[in-house]
Amino acid sequence: MNFFAAFLLGLINYALIDNVVLGRFLGLCPFLGVSRKTSTAAGMGTAVVVVITLSSAITFAINKFILLPLDMVYMRTIVFILIIAALVQSVEIILKKKIPSLYNALGVYLPLITTNCAVLGVAIDSAQKEMGFGETMIFSVGTAVGFLIAIVVMAGIRERIEHNRIPEAFKGMPIVLVAAGLMAIAFFGFKGVSF
Amino acid sequence: MKRAFERLYNGVIKENPTFVLMLGMCPTLAVTTSAINGLGMGLSTCAVLMMSNLMISLLRKFIPDRVRMPAFIVVVASFVTIVDLLMQAYVRTLYASLGLYIPLIVVNCIILGRAEAYASKNPPLPSFFDGLGMGLGFTGALTLIGAFRELLGAGTIFGFTVMPDGFEPVSLMIMAPGAFFVLAMLTALQNKLKAPSATNRAPDKFCSGNCASCADSSCHIGVKESKEEKEDKEV
Repeated sequence: MNFFAAFLLGLINYALIDNVVLGRFLGLCPFLGVSRKTSTAAGMGTAVVVVITLSSAITFAINKFILLPLDMVYMRTIVFILIIAALVQSVEIILKKKIPSLYNALGVYLPLITTNCAVLGVAIDSAQKEMGFGETMIFSVGTAVGFLIAIVVMAGIRERIEHNRIPEAFKGMPIVLVAAGLMAIAFFGFKGVSF
Repeated sequence: MKRAFERLYNGVIKENPTFVLMLGMCPTLAVTTSAINGLGMGLSTCAVLMMSNLMISLLRKFIPDRVRMPAFIVVVASFVTIVDLLMQAYVRTLYASLGLYIPLIVVNCIILGRAEAYASKNPPLPSFFDGLGMGLGFTGALTLIGAFRELLGAGTIFGFTVMPDGFEPVSLMIMAPGAFFVLAMLTALQNKLKAPSATNRAPDKFCSGNCASCADSSCHIGVKESKEEKEDKEV
């Protein structure tokens, strides 16, 4: 199998079949919190794609060339979270200086990403499973795209729910959680897909 | 001593992190496939929360305001690493079933939220008890959700069979969608009973249970959204 096919299959696997939010329960807070409008959800999702891709490339290098040779794997959690926090800050500063238009679109979401557990989760998971560089990148991009899909679909559903008549007790968070549960069942359908 | 009890009551009942504040949703939904997993996750978070609150409170006069977030993260991450290594050494089966979620305690918003909202402003002893109260509240909530899912999904609680023989386990409950449904029912119940919760306040006054509220940039997305909505209405 050539690289491109492997990349595509990996992407589908991590984005749909093993969805990060609905299957692995990472990044639920922004998924529930920032999904009231499709536009904000798309902004958050895009920012997550950028940060996860960059952070997993950097954490892979740090893990491979610093932590493993020095036998300091136990420092992983501390080092990774600091790298992610620093990276998010630098991305914010660079965007602000160089590409203000993009900063205006994504800027407000960036500080919130440090506490998004999907970012740290992907970094630690790929390090624990000792993935190679290509595999790590497929894993992280696939996961991030999965997050983007889930949050945008969720926002679309929530915009529709707004106009529906729902039982009094279910207004607000409960109906959103029910919708998320139904989405999770729908994503189970992808598990039947095998290559 | 009175203050300590007040903090414990506050954490367990009045501001229960899961049911009232709706914080730390990822571990709440992910590891509560059984009561024992919920208890283990709750207790490990509780340990980190107590120690980090104590340490941050002791250091509160030395940490400059501008770098307080990174400083808090380093303190929390150190304690998470300690808990991670201890669990790896002594409770291997639990560690295996909780897996990735142990290192992810670092980004649990309850911990950073308490550091920012309480420990960085109060003396060590009340901060310690604040952490203990919040931790126990989290543990109780996780154990409850875990027991509920285990009961419906496998017919057992803490591994003991409690359902009659004819009971057909609803295995959906211990899979991913079940977590959402159980939490949806519990919050709906809370709404019905008009219990205080982040879910039944006016929509523009809370961050709908997102971790954003405890990150430095409190609620600005929620604020921005509500502003946009107002503008829409005016147009």
